[in-house]
Amino acid sequence: MTAPPERRKRSPLRRPAGPPGKLRRRIGTTARLLAALIVVGGLYTAFSPGMQATADDEVVLSPAAAEGKQLFETSCISCHGRNAQGVPDRGPSLIGVGSAAVEFQVGTGRMPLTSQGAQAERKTPQFTLDQARQIGAYIQALGDGPELPLPGEDLGKGGDVAHGGELFRVNCSSCHAFGAGGGALSSGKSAPTLEESTDREIYAAMLTGPSSMPVFGDNQLTPDEKRDIIAYIQNLQTDPDPGGWGLGRVGPVPEGLAIFLIGMVAIVFTTLWIAGKS
Amino acid sequence: MTPAKTNRRRRLDLAKVPEATAQGIDERFQVATPLRRVFNKVFPDHWSFMLGEIALYSFITLLLTGTFLALFFDPSMAETTYDGSYAPLRGIEMSKAYETSLNISFDVRGGLIMRQMHHWAALLFMAAIVIHMFRIFFTGAFRKPRELNWIIGLSLFWLGLTEGFAGYSLPDDALSGTGLRIADAIVLSIPLVGSWVATSLFGGEFPATEILPRLYILHVFLVPGIILALIVVHIGLVVKQKHTQWPGPGRTNHNVVGIRMFPGFAAKGGGFFMIVFGVIALLGGLLQINPIWLFGPYKTAVVSAGSQPDWYVMFLDGSTRLMPAWDIHIPLGDGYTIPAIFWPTLVLPGLLTVLPMLYPFIEARLRRDKQAHHLLQRPRDVPARTALGAMAIGFYLVLVLSGANDVIAEAFDISLNATTWAGRIGILLVPPIAYYLTYRICLGLQQHDREVLVHGVETGIIRRLPDGRFMEVHQPLAPADAHGHGALDYAGAPVPKKMNRLGAIAPAVRGFFFPIEKPATPALPPAATPVSPAVPPQQLEDAGTQQH
Ligand code: HEC
Ligand code: HEC
Ligand code: HEM
Repeated sequence: MTAPPERRKRSPLRRPAGPPGKLRRRIGTTARLLAALIVVGGLYTAFSPGMQATADDEVVLSPAAAEGKQLFETSCISCHGRNAQGVPDRGPSLIGVGSAAVEFQVGTGRMPLTSQGAQAERKTPQFTLDQARQIGAYIQALGDGPELPLPGEDLGKGGDVAHGGELFRVNCSSCHAFGAGGGALSSGKSAPTLEESTDREIYAAMLTGPSSMPVFGDNQLTPDEKRDIIAYIQNLQTDPDPGGWGLGRVGPVPEGLAIFLIGMVAIVFTTLWIAGKS
Repeated sequence: MTPAKTNRRRRLDLAKVPEATAQGIDERFQVATPLRRVFNKVFPDHWSFMLGEIALYSFITLLLTGTFLALFFDPSMAETTYDGSYAPLRGIEMSKAYETSLNISFDVRGGLIMRQMHHWAALLFMAAIVIHMFRIFFTGAFRKPRELNWIIGLSLFWLGLTEGFAGYSLPDDALSGTGLRIADAIVLSIPLVGSWVATSLFGGEFPATEILPRLYILHVFLVPGIILALIVVHIGLVVKQKHTQWPGPGRTNHNVVGIRMFPGFAAKGGGFFMIVFGVIALLGGLLQINPIWLFGPYKTAVVSAGSQPDWYVMFLDGSTRLMPAWDIHIPLGDGYTIPAIFWPTLVLPGLLTVLPMLYPFIEARLRRDKQAHHLLQRPRDVPARTALGAMAIGFYLVLVLSGANDVIAEAFDISLNATTWAGRIGILLVPPIAYYLTYRICLGLQQHDREVLVHGVETGIIRRLPDGRFMEVHQPLAPADAHGHGALDYAGAPVPKKMNRLGAIAPAVRGFFFPIEKPATPALPPAATPVSPAVPPQQLEDAGTQQH
């Protein structure tokens, strides 16, 4: 698939993987990015040579964003560079990714990245959610981008579970599987299980499309539909398996394993018990 | 007449009832003689001879649970709107088939455990068939005169696979739809007649509306009927041709040593049926299988990650995943293509049916063996066959694992591409390696048997010789010749290799879960040597305890 040259393709870690639904958002992002580049480039030519760090002084930061900038400069700058403009081969530019992406990446512990793999792993977060939002505010101030609704009500509250299920099966199950247990993608990437995802993480994942997940902008899935999907995933998370132990909800593979390891073993032991051995 | 008197005259003598009934039946049907023959049939007793029974009993369980499901299932593809008690699907458009499957799961009392038992029983049925087939192959039970039973058995495997696939397709959930779509693609790939066969099967272009009613008849009537008939012939042949037995004391090619059909074998069989049924019931009650409510109704737009067939079809899925996308274009007429899927899903199963069916004849020809065989062979004694079997199992396992390769990639955090390539390389490398290793292991085991026969059992007693060397004392199994070598020939039966097998030291206490007898007090005073003479003492004098 060919995609317009925009910031998502800069990281060497990214492969073109998004479905065509991403396109419109990409064009929007590209426009914003161009604007940002022109501003930054203009400032750069105006003040160079001999200066590097003054460009951001032009952006007026809210107190939260200023806190976020501090955090960014201690933990993220090594990979994402000064003013989040990216460092070749280490981390992509964060201009225009929006506070949603930051809250998702930092809130799920993916960032700061600790080991280079096919994709960032979910792990125990290093920052509190408040700190993540502060960094988010900083990145938002630098280059705009998708934002989450203000913290407050659960984003899945009042959603239509049945409709959400339908949307989930059409849009998400191809990667995350029916039971949301996750599945492998090509080149060592994988769609993780959604067992632990919170309402805001699910919303942010849809808005920002981390790694090879496509972006589900508001024109692909309206906020109401997103709410339905979140409600369905939450229903999956809390639904006790009515049939007993769910075997990880991964389908026929663990079932096949179980019939040999549990069923066959138990029965062959009884044959050893009730019949002769020589 | 007093009422008491009438009573006495009419009173039934309970003790006489069985005899009188049997007498009455025999007077009318003359069954005593044939029944006596059947009841007196002797079956050899060995755990590996019960593997076929597992298949039989899970098939019976399938019939029982399946009948229950059929009472509530409607194989119709007509659209309805779900209004049952599973909230996350309420208001969704679906077929009657899917709706009734959901109803069985959530609204029919006991329906869910019946559905789950039915599915677990199907998995167990196929697992038992495969393991039973391994035992037949590795022990040479398929040799003359039992070739026909081997062929019937193989047909039962393929019929079971068909039956399972049809059943898997019936609920019309997204997984069964995905499976059917693949089946459609497979049928379409048949050269020349593919599209005609596909439209006839599906009654139109996939998915059409005809396939479920047709699969239903296949699943509840046709295939089970054929399976049942073949099982009857299969077991009839076992009775007619008699069961094989392991070589051992008193067992020859011309007798059968074992327990009688009645009461011993019947009691064992009946008990075993209940155990198999119990295991299936436990699985059905405790482990969730095929949660169709998560899959949703079949929609062409929905293809989930981790869409797999049941394990017994997985090897065909695996062969499809390993097959490179080599379409063959034939420049005939306006151009014709044989899709790559044709080879792994039609040609491969064809070979996998025909070659094994011919195997008993091929082997007999290669060995120039026209004898009838009623004694089994230990796998180690026929290294070439055992190695060939290991090779086939290796091939099969690589295919099964490749069918699960996305789940393996996800579970062990390996790249999906890596698992695909591992499968492609594995399918070429694993079988020959399995052949070689198995062959060597068989030869090694044979060698060890011969060694024990010649030199005796290792006693674990180390003796120091006057010149300072250490020697292990061996217990000969039979009188030794002048060189101190045992004179026993190998008889195809297990060779005792531990002292307690000889009764020389206190035997292991019998009993599986708990001792069923009191441990015997050692015959010898503790001070005496535990190496007891296996031969009369005077002979032992000449032979001496063997030293090496
Ligand atoms: C060790 C290097 C490294 C560090 C440290 C690091 N990142 Fe990243 N970051 C990356 C890489 C590489 C990617 C792209 C990986 C991917 O998409 O899976 C990335 C991606 C991101 C993204 C997603 C961008 C997008 O296109 O959606 C965000 C947001 C982000 N990082 C924020 C942060 C923040 C905030 C910090 C500090 C708390 C941080 N990162 C620390 C390397 C790093
Ligand atoms: C093309 C495959 C694909 C599709 C379709 C997809 N995702 Fe994802 N999703 C991914 C991948 C890959 C990741 C992991 C990203 C990472 O780790 O950087 C992910 C991550 C997520 C996460 C974060 C999970 C965690 O561990 O924190 C959520 C939540 C999520 N996806 C929700 C959704 C929802 C909801 C949909 C449907 C609207 C969806 N995804 C569709 C591939 C996909
Ligand atoms: C529906 C599935 C099957 C059922 C219910 C079944 C049942 C049985 C039973 C009860 C026996 C006697 C006990 C035993 O030796 O285990 C038997 C024997 C036998 N089976 Fe099967 N079987 C099935 C499938 C197969 C398959 C797939 C094969 C091989 C391809 C096979 C080949 C044989 C042979 C050759 C015997 C005779 C064994 C001997 O005398 O040693 N069967 N079967």
